[in-house]
Amino acid sequence: MIRCQGFACGHHGPHGLHGAQGAQGRPVLQGLDMHLRKGELVAVLGPNGSGKSTLLKAMAGLLAPQAGTMLLDGAPVHRLPPAVRARRVACLPQQLEAPPGCTVRDLVLMGRHPYTSFWSGLSRRDREAAVDAMLQADVLHLADREALRLSGGELQRACIARTLCQQTPLVLLDEPTASLDLAHKAALLQVLQQRHAAGVTVVCVLHDINLAALYFHRLLFLKQGRLVLDGPPQQVLRQSALEFVYETPLVVMEHPLLGLPQVALAPGDVPAALRTLVPAGRHH
Amino acid sequence: MVRNGLWLLLMLCAVASVLASCVIGPWNIDMQDVATAVGGALGLMDASALPDAVRAVVVDLRLARAVLALGVGAALAMAGATFQAVLQNPLADPFTLGVSAGAALGATLVIGLGVRLEELGALAGLAPYLAGLSLSALPLAALLGGLSTLAAVLLLGRRAGSLSRETLVLAGVVVSSVLAACITLVKAVHEEAVGAMVFWIMGSLQGRGWGHVALFLPFFVVGGLILARYARELDLLALGEEQAMLLGVDAPRIRLLLLCGATMVTAAAVAVSGIIGFVGLVAPHAFRLWLKPRSRSLLAASALGGGVLLVWSDVLARTLLATDTGGMELPVGVVTALLGGPFFCMLLGRGPVRRPA
Repeated sequence: MIRCQGFACGHHGPHGLHGAQGAQGRPVLQGLDMHLRKGELVAVLGPNGSGKSTLLKAMAGLLAPQAGTMLLDGAPVHRLPPAVRARRVACLPQQLEAPPGCTVRDLVLMGRHPYTSFWSGLSRRDREAAVDAMLQADVLHLADREALRLSGGELQRACIARTLCQQTPLVLLDEPTASLDLAHKAALLQVLQQRHAAGVTVVCVLHDINLAALYFHRLLFLKQGRLVLDGPPQQVLRQSALEFVYETPLVVMEHPLLGLPQVALAPGDVPAALRTLVPAGRHH
Repeated sequence: MVRNGLWLLLMLCAVASVLASCVIGPWNIDMQDVATAVGGALGLMDASALPDAVRAVVVDLRLARAVLALGVGAALAMAGATFQAVLQNPLADPFTLGVSAGAALGATLVIGLGVRLEELGALAGLAPYLAGLSLSALPLAALLGGLSTLAAVLLLGRRAGSLSRETLVLAGVVVSSVLAACITLVKAVHEEAVGAMVFWIMGSLQGRGWGHVALFLPFFVVGGLILARYARELDLLALGEEQAMLLGVDAPRIRLLLLCGATMVTAAAVAVSGIIGFVGLVAPHAFRLWLKPRSRSLLAASALGGGVLLVWSDVLARTLLATDTGGMELPVGVVTALLGGPFFCMLLGRGPVRRPA
């Protein structure tokens, strides 16, 4: 699905606005090699400023590489025409905007734009897809409310609905759970798992390692623009590796029900020797 | 549906305004005769019973002028709605990027040069030919001036590093002031034509006929089609460049196309009528409060509303100071500002002016 080799890029995109100057800036991502297969459920993690959002934008084709390649089904993703790309990749950005006067339904229907032509306009299928997406993101009851008047979490769900409504084989989400409550976090991740089960590739930037460990099959850790860890939660969530990534004392334990690794902060005065111990009685 | 009702009302209003404006004038012609004359011109009715003079006044003078007013009003309102949405600035109007100044410079140059040519032509006996040239050259020069101003503004904006909205507006201000200086220079050089230039710049529909409609229409149709074609993308551009790209809108290209389309209709309007302010600012805002911010409907409604506004402003402009013996005409730009100003204040009083979407 996505294959990148020796990929490096800066903050600014290929699309005219910032032109050549931006492309010569300090690269945010460097020497990235990875391969995402179709139908994978991937979480991207790492400290602030490690390049997570930049990686997502690069996958969405908004950034041109300074070196290397980023291929979507074999084609350089930043070269695809936007209308074609929007039918293959949907991306929820971190900064969400709602134009004034725009209802939630209007906002969600914007996700159908790649499928409309000048003459056809929005079809009944588009409207049904929007209702379906609003149902999944739990915003159907807000459909006729003005998007600007929603709370942060509700706006985020409305934008998630728009992203789902694009019905693309690759879905990229930048911190979709940032302003959601616990119940909606769980509900969203279940929706993503359903999409995954239907063969959709999902890549999600997250800050919450524990959430990622519970719901995702593959975790990527970035540090200073480089890919430092890549694998399933059981394999990559190890104390020494995570302390190297986050440069802070941590403790790794097991989830009491699922046995999956979970991570907690270990404030500085706890001796390192104690933190390596896995609590007794949790071994399987 | 309320929506369809509104459209019907607006269309009827536009047609009725054009017809009504043909009734009003120093020479009293009743509605019946106007209807017959217009019907005859459209080939729907037999107007041969009417005196030729009545037919000429109604069709060639009043109807042509009303149709041109409708078109110019529609062009300015559409351009205003587009500029407000593309620049995401509620204060933007068709002239924000200096299109008017560019068109005015083109026009003043032709007027100045035309006067010189006429003098030469009179000596060489070519006066009729050159008079014809200056009539058709004026709108073309205004159009070229407007379009090249847009090119200059875009180049300047790009050189400044990014084509952001703020940079564009700033570049527009800079280019406008340089052009204003050039206009003053042309005026100083061609002193004998200053009267014609000032009158042209103030904006008026006096003496405009079907020839002007024919010059205006092609550019209006092409520009208007571009705007209508990409109106839906305007809604997505309101999300910001990046999100618009993610939803499949080639944002830089479409912004450029929309700016060019809006410039084209503005330049066409300015070319035939001079600089008429306020229509492009007021008409979109009036409808933005009522319509949901769907750019396509907003564009259509603003076009009809702006057209009607200008038709009636023109009626007032030519009747307010008219006397039985002729009297004088007000520049129509003065009327639109006097009508539009209080209306705009009323809108402001009703609630916050919505940011364009």
